[in-house]
Amino acid sequence: MSKGTLFDKVWDLHAVGTLPSGQTQLFIGLHLIHEVTSPQAFAMLRERGLKVLFPDRTVATVDHIVPTENQARPFVDSLAEEMMQAIEQNAKDYGIRFYNIGSGSQGIVHVIAPEQGLTQPGMTIACGDSHTSTHGAFGAIAFGIGTSQVRDVLASQTLALSKLKVRKIEVNGELPPGVYAKDVILHIIRKLGVKGGVGYAYEYAGTTFESMNMEERMTVCNMSIEGGARCGYINPDEVTFAYLKGRDFAPKGEAWDKAVEWWKSIRSDEDAVHDDVVTFDAAEIEPTVTWGITPGQGIGVSEVIPTAETLPESERAIAQEAYHYMKLTPGTPIKGTKIDVCFIGSCTNGRLSDLREAAKFARGKKVAEGIKAFVVPGSERVKQQAETEGLDLIFREAGFEWREPGCSMCLAMNPDKLQGDQISASSSNRNFKGRQGSATGRTLLMSPAMVVAAAVKGEVADVRELAKKSVAP
Amino acid sequence: MNQVQQISGRGVPVIGNDIDTDRIIPARFLRCVTFEGLGKQAFADDRVQASGQHPFDLPQYQGANILVVNGNFGCGSSREHAPQALAKWGIQAIVGESFAEIFFGNCISIGVPCVTATPETVQQLQKLLQEDPQVSMTVDLEAMEVHCGDFPASVSMDEGLRQMLVTGTWDNCGQLINYVEQIKATASKLPYLHWDPATASY
Ligand code: SF4
Repeated sequence: MSKGTLFDKVWDLHAVGTLPSGQTQLFIGLHLIHEVTSPQAFAMLRERGLKVLFPDRTVATVDHIVPTENQARPFVDSLAEEMMQAIEQNAKDYGIRFYNIGSGSQGIVHVIAPEQGLTQPGMTIACGDSHTSTHGAFGAIAFGIGTSQVRDVLASQTLALSKLKVRKIEVNGELPPGVYAKDVILHIIRKLGVKGGVGYAYEYAGTTFESMNMEERMTVCNMSIEGGARCGYINPDEVTFAYLKGRDFAPKGEAWDKAVEWWKSIRSDEDAVHDDVVTFDAAEIEPTVTWGITPGQGIGVSEVIPTAETLPESERAIAQEAYHYMKLTPGTPIKGTKIDVCFIGSCTNGRLSDLREAAKFARGKKVAEGIKAFVVPGSERVKQQAETEGLDLIFREAGFEWREPGCSMCLAMNPDKLQGDQISASSSNRNFKGRQGSATGRTLLMSPAMVVAAAVKGEVADVRELAKKSVAP
Repeated sequence: MNQVQQISGRGVPVIGNDIDTDRIIPARFLRCVTFEGLGKQAFADDRVQASGQHPFDLPQYQGANILVVNGNFGCGSSREHAPQALAKWGIQAIVGESFAEIFFGNCISIGVPCVTATPETVQQLQKLLQEDPQVSMTVDLEAMEVHCGDFPASVSMDEGLRQMLVTGTWDNCGQLINYVEQIKATASKLPYLHWDPATASY
């Protein structure tokens, strides 16, 4: 059993008691809600005549269903409009802080909470969304929950949970050029498998994570769930504190000093005991691309799609399913795979630094003929800042569309969808069958820089080669 | 809440590892403010692709109430719409090799037990259900056994959660709100609630 880790310390501090089932009743410090998984929870509250116990500790926004082109109300999609009205009404009825479209602070829930300083080290954070693990980047214990649990948090600010084990994932060394946080997490999932993390919280440690900025750390923690781990975190350090300082909800004045002192105290102890430790070397990580239908089916961009014989027995059935669905041939290089659509955005890679990096490669280039490429900023603040820096112009000139913030084609609940068996190069997090809005649509996950490379070449390309050309006279 | 002790009826096998919640209920069906009507959409895209051959469409499995699945079932999105869709289709219990965590918790929250069995057992159950879809099947949470015709096997589940289902105390919400004093006491110890002016009074 783990001892002295940040996970243990934060868990113990938030434990209200032990329930008859043996589960812990855990206090939730910050609860985030959005329009898709909350309406039924409020309906359950009403049915039971319950109130929201700590309305100040829930924050709402809209992201999943919002259109990224025409946001005029009522929405063209009447079902989406109905969901908008439900969350507007619920926020009003229960006195919940709500960042609506046009507030200047709306966006993907996992983008807006960190950018406003709502997400802080040492908190427990829950949201009816599996990518809540993102917030672990700050040294918070953050995890996704279902709608009945959203109801539980609204009614009691607590959840019934069993404690997780803690696996330390250590990555050391400097990332080679063209290799990003996204590649690191895709590599980890490839190596540990999509269910390797079930029952675990992942603690990301080592010099590679230490030298990442907060947005890169969020990309890593975000995809913990793709590796089966409900939650992933990084111990807070000076990078964390510098990011938080001055943000809307960050402590101010004297409280700031106390906060930093406390945040330092919840870091995993030097002699902390983990249930498991795995180590990787940053130098061995390549720009990574998925070729299949699970996020674990990833390879370096210079590798070939693995043949069934080269895979462990347990992975062969799903590989066969993937060859068939993806219409890709095992044994052929992933590089050069023709694509139709390029998507930059999502809670994994829709933050300012992602857009800056992508713009660096898009500057002065052109999206290849016949490719639809678009950029969806993660939040209104990201969009605003990007426009201030002129990133929108760089993208537009290169042939990308520049959209309004939201989840967009990460899950395609809005009008942004693949058609038929189109294949997308996507900076999002899931390549499941049908994930991007068409039952036969195909998704290749990669970093935003790699998406730009794909857009420019019209096929999966190595961003390192694009970079070489950029610096040539 | 009702006691969930024994689920008897017929089984339906859905074969494959890593079946995610996007496949169980595609995102476009999440455009709703209630869970009503989701049953018809369970596995919607898989069913179209299987052109009528998906177990959820085959006539011989209509009316089945026990789902038999393989590894990492329910991975991906946290959407409770997934277990809700299965439950509304008629599923009352799930036997599998392993389950994704959030999906598992969501099932318990709505009183649908997920029990695990060895891969050999699960594959045997799936074979039996393919050979004879009408065979009677039982998941017994008291004996922690599954029976499929004459084939018995033991299954497992966290003991505390099993107790909750068997004794009809699986409604977390009802229990959690019993401890408001303790909840407030815990809140008062949290440093970060004190430096947030909105919550300093907790
Ligand atoms: S961007 Fe994608 S993964 Fe993130 S919250 Fe939205 S739908 Fe979920």
